[in-house]
Amino acid sequence: MASKRSVAVIGAGMHPWGKWGRNFVEYGVVAARAALADAGVAWTDIDFVAGADTIRNGYPGFIAGATFAQALGWSGARVSSSYAACASGVQAIASARAQILAGLSEVALVVGADTTPKGFFKPVGGDRPDDPDWLRFHVLGATNPTYFGLYAQRRVAIHGATEEDFAQVKVKNAAHGLNNPYARYRKEVTIEEVLASPMVADPLRLLEICATSDGAAAVVLCSLDYAKRHGIANPVTIDGISTVTPTFPNAVIEMPNFATDSSVAVAPGERTFRSSIAHAAYEEAGIDPKDVSLAEVYDLSSALELDWYEDIGLCEVGEAEHLLRSGATALGGRVPVNPSGGLSSFGEAIPAQAIAQVAECTWQLRGEATGHQVEGAKVAVTANQGLFGHGSSVVLSR
Amino acid sequence: MAGVPVVEGFFDPSVPALLGTRCTECATVFFPAERSWCRNPRCESTTFDEVELSREGTVWSFTDAQYQPPPPYVPADPYVPFAIVAVELAAEGIVVLGQAADGVTVADLAVGGRVKLITETLYSDDDGDKLVWRWRPIKEA
Repeated sequence: MASKRSVAVIGAGMHPWGKWGRNFVEYGVVAARAALADAGVAWTDIDFVAGADTIRNGYPGFIAGATFAQALGWSGARVSSSYAACASGVQAIASARAQILAGLSEVALVVGADTTPKGFFKPVGGDRPDDPDWLRFHVLGATNPTYFGLYAQRRVAIHGATEEDFAQVKVKNAAHGLNNPYARYRKEVTIEEVLASPMVADPLRLLEICATSDGAAAVVLCSLDYAKRHGIANPVTIDGISTVTPTFPNAVIEMPNFATDSSVAVAPGERTFRSSIAHAAYEEAGIDPKDVSLAEVYDLSSALELDWYEDIGLCEVGEAEHLLRSGATALGGRVPVNPSGGLSSFGEAIPAQAIAQVAECTWQLRGEATGHQVEGAKVAVTANQGLFGHGSSVVLSR
Repeated sequence: MAGVPVVEGFFDPSVPALLGTRCTECATVFFPAERSWCRNPRCESTTFDEVELSREGTVWSFTDAQYQPPPPYVPADPYVPFAIVAVELAAEGIVVLGQAADGVTVADLAVGGRVKLITETLYSDDDGDKLVWRWRPIKEA
């Protein structure tokens, strides 16, 4: 719930997700202008710009905050640029929030945008035997779906997940994304169609693995005082943000690593890294997972969404399949997950994705998610994890 | 086996064994080898013993690559899908990845099954064979 440590989200905007190969800056400016218009704030009133970086678009991508500031027209605003792989968007949000809570900024703009190549993500070019991300492709042929496949197969063996369960997650998210104007894939699919799609990383099939997309998202954040002066009596607030790293030993194999940490000298803690992520955001927000109305989680694969149910506390470990089969996580259920359609319907535009999760939650909490609205939404949580140990979770309420 | 390891310092193809290090203070094992600072946050050691990791382990999970991975993977021509295994090594307390042996598919693998380390050729180029470690299921007697 909103407290002195909350900031307000007074504007949200997106450029639709798709695959056009245009300059990422163009997408980012569309999203930024949409968020500013939604907030009713002039660009020149923004005193802090936080950019989420993209590493596949040259120098402008590494200094995204300044890139967007220049594209919107230099205004003298202070700036930051953040990179944390898939968690970059939340690092940018956390950067803006810290400035606001420290009293150094009143109203900030956060932007992330990407243009992605076709097919599997691959490491940036050149021979780099010191880079585990390069080595895992060269030595193991381990793509991102390899790791998704390992987690999925583990769920099958340990928790009795079936291929129909995994397919059902895709069917659900496709139905959710159907009426979302920003989603790239807006087509219903059946379990049969999912199960007929080609196997990519056993037991995961093509329709169960998220695509790579172009897209952009932006939010306008401000102090609670600024929101009030701006005439917004009951704003959506960000009450907790988690950017946690793992604790040693990280005993679950993770991209892009060859091995886990050793747990010979120190026993693994009670929580896995993935389950520590949202936990930290809940703690900061003073929210119990049972109070959550909806969640936007990083469904890089259909099976991974089931892992997140447990990791964000919607159910106990081993009960995700049951929760899915009960219909609780579908629109109309007790706690809809990925009402936006998720990565399943969007594809991944890395630096934009965590910001898009927050934008979606903002619209949900305002009751403006036409066609995919969670009725009576009061509390929303996002969860995501970036390569090389980046947690990302945001708790919002209204 | 003729040829050179595809990556320096990760394994000894003649044993064969994965090569790691063990902290002399806290006994944490590192693979790939760590030789500068112990990564146990409560250990300040800078000295390590070179160790060979266990050559047998238990399957933590497995999957396969039905689609050809992008470069820098060097695929067979024509491409042949391969399985990948995450193997739990009890003595070291780690889970380590590796491709499954040539010809092993997901149908041959099970979570909890035993596997052993072998050396195979990952690819060959003008300089000769590039060797890699792989995991082969141990057949029940």
